[in-house]
Amino acid sequence: MTGLLWLVPVFPLVGAVLILLFGRRLGEPGSGWLATLMPIASFVTVVGVFFDLLSRPAEERHQVVTMFSWLPVGSLQVDMALLADPLSITMALFITGIGSLIHLYAIGYMHGDPKFSKFFMYLNLFVFSMLMLVLGENLLVTFLGWEGVGACSYFLISFWHTRNSAAVAGKKAFVTNRIGDFGVMTAMFLAFSTLGTLSYSGINEAAHSGSLAPVTATAIGLLLFVGACGKSAQLPLYLWLPDAMEGPTPVSALIHAATMVTAGVFLMTRMSPVLAAGYDWAPTIIAVVGGATALYAATVAVAQNDIKKVLAYSTVSQLGYMFLAVGSGAYVAAIFHMVTHAFFKALLFLGSGSVIHGMHHEQDMRRMGKLRHVMPITAGTFIIGWLAIAGVPPFAGFWSKDEILLYVYANNRGLYVVGLITALLTAYYMTRQVIMVFYGEAKWNDHSQENGAHGDFVPHESPKIMLVPLVVLAGLSIVGGGLQLPFSKNLHFLERWLAPVVEESEANISGTWAYHNKYLLLIVAVVIAVVGISAAFAVYAKRVVKPIEPKVLENAWYYDAAASRVVSGPGAAAFNAVAWADANVVDGAVNGVATLVRSAAGVTRKAQSGFVRTYAAVIGLGAVALLAWFIFRSIS
Amino acid sequence: MCARFLAGRHDRLFSVIGLVIVPTPMWYLLLSALLFTIGAVGVLVRRNPLVMFMCIELMLNAVNLTFVTLGRRLGSIDGQTIVLFVLVVAAAEVVIGLSIVISIMRRRSGANIDDLAELKG
Amino acid sequence: MILVGAIGVVVKRNPVHAALSLVLTLFGIAVLFVAQQAEFLAAVQVIVYAGAIVVLVLFVIMLLGVDRAEDLRTDALVGQRGLAVVVGVGLLGVLSAAIVRGTDAVVTRSAEGIAIGTVEAPDTNITQIARSVFADHVVAFELTSVLLVVAVVGTVLLSRRRPSDVRPVSGRPS
Repeated sequence: MTGLLWLVPVFPLVGAVLILLFGRRLGEPGSGWLATLMPIASFVTVVGVFFDLLSRPAEERHQVVTMFSWLPVGSLQVDMALLADPLSITMALFITGIGSLIHLYAIGYMHGDPKFSKFFMYLNLFVFSMLMLVLGENLLVTFLGWEGVGACSYFLISFWHTRNSAAVAGKKAFVTNRIGDFGVMTAMFLAFSTLGTLSYSGINEAAHSGSLAPVTATAIGLLLFVGACGKSAQLPLYLWLPDAMEGPTPVSALIHAATMVTAGVFLMTRMSPVLAAGYDWAPTIIAVVGGATALYAATVAVAQNDIKKVLAYSTVSQLGYMFLAVGSGAYVAAIFHMVTHAFFKALLFLGSGSVIHGMHHEQDMRRMGKLRHVMPITAGTFIIGWLAIAGVPPFAGFWSKDEILLYVYANNRGLYVVGLITALLTAYYMTRQVIMVFYGEAKWNDHSQENGAHGDFVPHESPKIMLVPLVVLAGLSIVGGGLQLPFSKNLHFLERWLAPVVEESEANISGTWAYHNKYLLLIVAVVIAVVGISAAFAVYAKRVVKPIEPKVLENAWYYDAAASRVVSGPGAAAFNAVAWADANVVDGAVNGVATLVRSAAGVTRKAQSGFVRTYAAVIGLGAVALLAWFIFRSIS
Repeated sequence: MCARFLAGRHDRLFSVIGLVIVPTPMWYLLLSALLFTIGAVGVLVRRNPLVMFMCIELMLNAVNLTFVTLGRRLGSIDGQTIVLFVLVVAAAEVVIGLSIVISIMRRRSGANIDDLAELKG
Repeated sequence: MILVGAIGVVVKRNPVHAALSLVLTLFGIAVLFVAQQAEFLAAVQVIVYAGAIVVLVLFVIMLLGVDRAEDLRTDALVGQRGLAVVVGVGLLGVLSAAIVRGTDAVVTRSAEGIAIGTVEAPDTNITQIARSVFADHVVAFELTSVLLVVAVVGTVLLSRRRPSDVRPVSGRPS
């Protein structure tokens, strides 16, 4: 069954090509169903491979499926090969699973859009790229997927490109990602030049065996982290993610919640032996950046009024959590949180999409309220997602967040406090969102005229095709925590499953205070969640305290403005300097050679006097000289 | 008729001159070298295009002499064959050269080759 | 005699005088041809060279009116005289050296004559040349005849008077 692994990325690729060629004829909803069928087929194949891997003993769960030899260039031998091991199959499972659900949802959401088929082509293309990213056997295949998801993200964010803000957001996403890509590329060059291979097994084995110098390992690790910052929206390269909400909501759900943004975390986990072989301060940097991002984004989310922007900043914050885990050596916890986050964040995004759809594309939360009676299923599933992200047991988010906090405490007390505050804020702003949207007073009639509604406007529930994915994801958010329960070693399914991949780089905390007192920390986490929720209730539901939403938070600490000032000021100066150097130094050298030749020719031109007798004299001289040379040669 | 006269009586002619000096082949070769040099110098020094042509003819004659001498020395008739061809080609060359000179000189009345410096670079 | 004629060509200021000196030289060469048993060539030399070519040159001199004497005291081009001297001396030296050194290397045969054909009736010079040209070098012969045709046609074309040069016949408008 593992031999069929190549089908997994090929299905969505075929889908994209078919829609590219026949999309117009298939139309709506034909192309949508075709596009949905593909990730479902991939999902089935992945499940098959999953069971196949399970049937093997743990050491053999590392299967390489080579499709063809891609770059046989001298000492660089790179194959188009896919790797089936616990980590990649886990990622592929939820990518294809959640991807299929989102495709289904999108058939309903994009109903009536003139570019319906194109949307699904891009979606399928995206799934293909993402699968190449996670299933790749070497850095180059992963990079192929990496670039592919970046490109598809650009296409999809600027899908409604007639809107200027959407086009600008797409461009911003692409350019910021590019900066990160530079890090990945440099890391690849470094890996190849020191180790001569780009395959994961080669690199990780070198790291294990100690033949990778700490300097190189740290360099590679940190360069890859730069790439991860770009793709997974960490400080300072996060600024594309909130603007990416310009894209349709299924895009936000798929790309910016469940899959693409997790690519950075995946890459760091994949290269965990390299990180472990480097200096100790390198993972600390990662953890600090992750923690800072988490806190920063959480503070900003408190003051956002657009239903999707809140979720966007929430995503940035949760990604910060994952990098916090990676930096603290808790790779299993990071992956765990990635999986649960995929469930509930996708749920939340799709739910918000349902709200937007029902409110006739109104996205400002201040114009919503009391929607739970009008959209019961949406409200119910959204509330389940809310409870999961806020960290309320027994929903999924609680278990993964707790696992992370456990490891962080064992590593660095300061970062633990940061994580705790972020958890508090998360509970707070998510509760705020739920109250503003589904409870409180109905404000939707105040501005209904602006959205083209006629007469008395009543929001409606979404069609069933959009509700089914919501229900499925809600179910997963409830039971997802079962992957890794802390109560006993027997219940650590995920840890045992991922052991072959991360075993040697996973931090060992069995001897620490945190480990012995993990139930205490568990209770602390619950308390924090409750405190956050009740605080939000007090402010927004009961109106006991005035809401604090300072302007600085709403404008994201003026980060965007500062970044654009840097780029247009000193940045532009630097760009112009480089351009000048290219035009004058490089081109100047090339043109200088031409000018040199011309002036030399101009000098030699003077010898052509035009006088026949001069030419004759020179001929005579030449003949004499030649003959003399021959004679002297024969003499000596 | 001339040829038969020459063919018949030449040995007696030479027996008169031969008493004084015996012309070895080397003498012929040195003569032709001298002739060639004179012709070359003439080409470089004279400015009248027609006189230059004549100097070129001098050089060609020197070459002919050399060929005949060496052909006789080597016992091959090819030396004289070459001279025949040289003669024909020289005739053709003179003819064309003169026609060019005519067509140029028609325009200008100067008879100077230095005035024809059109190919100045 | 030859040398006198040659130096005369170079030195004489009047081009007609130079042409006449050339004739002197050509006759001398013809005599030397005879002395070396190349009778046919001597005849051809006199007929073609001295007879046709020099006459042609004289005609052109008369036609173009370039028979004015040239001023040989100065030279318009700087350094040309010096160069000419250098070239002349150099050429003479080199050629003499080549001749002197080379005479030993050349295999000498009988200086009597080149006899081909049967012993009873040795070929005359003209027969020998004929054999050589028409048997061994017939391609060169054909090419030379083509060359002559081309030369004639080219000359006629080149020296044609342009229509603008043509003066109308007096009396009748053309």
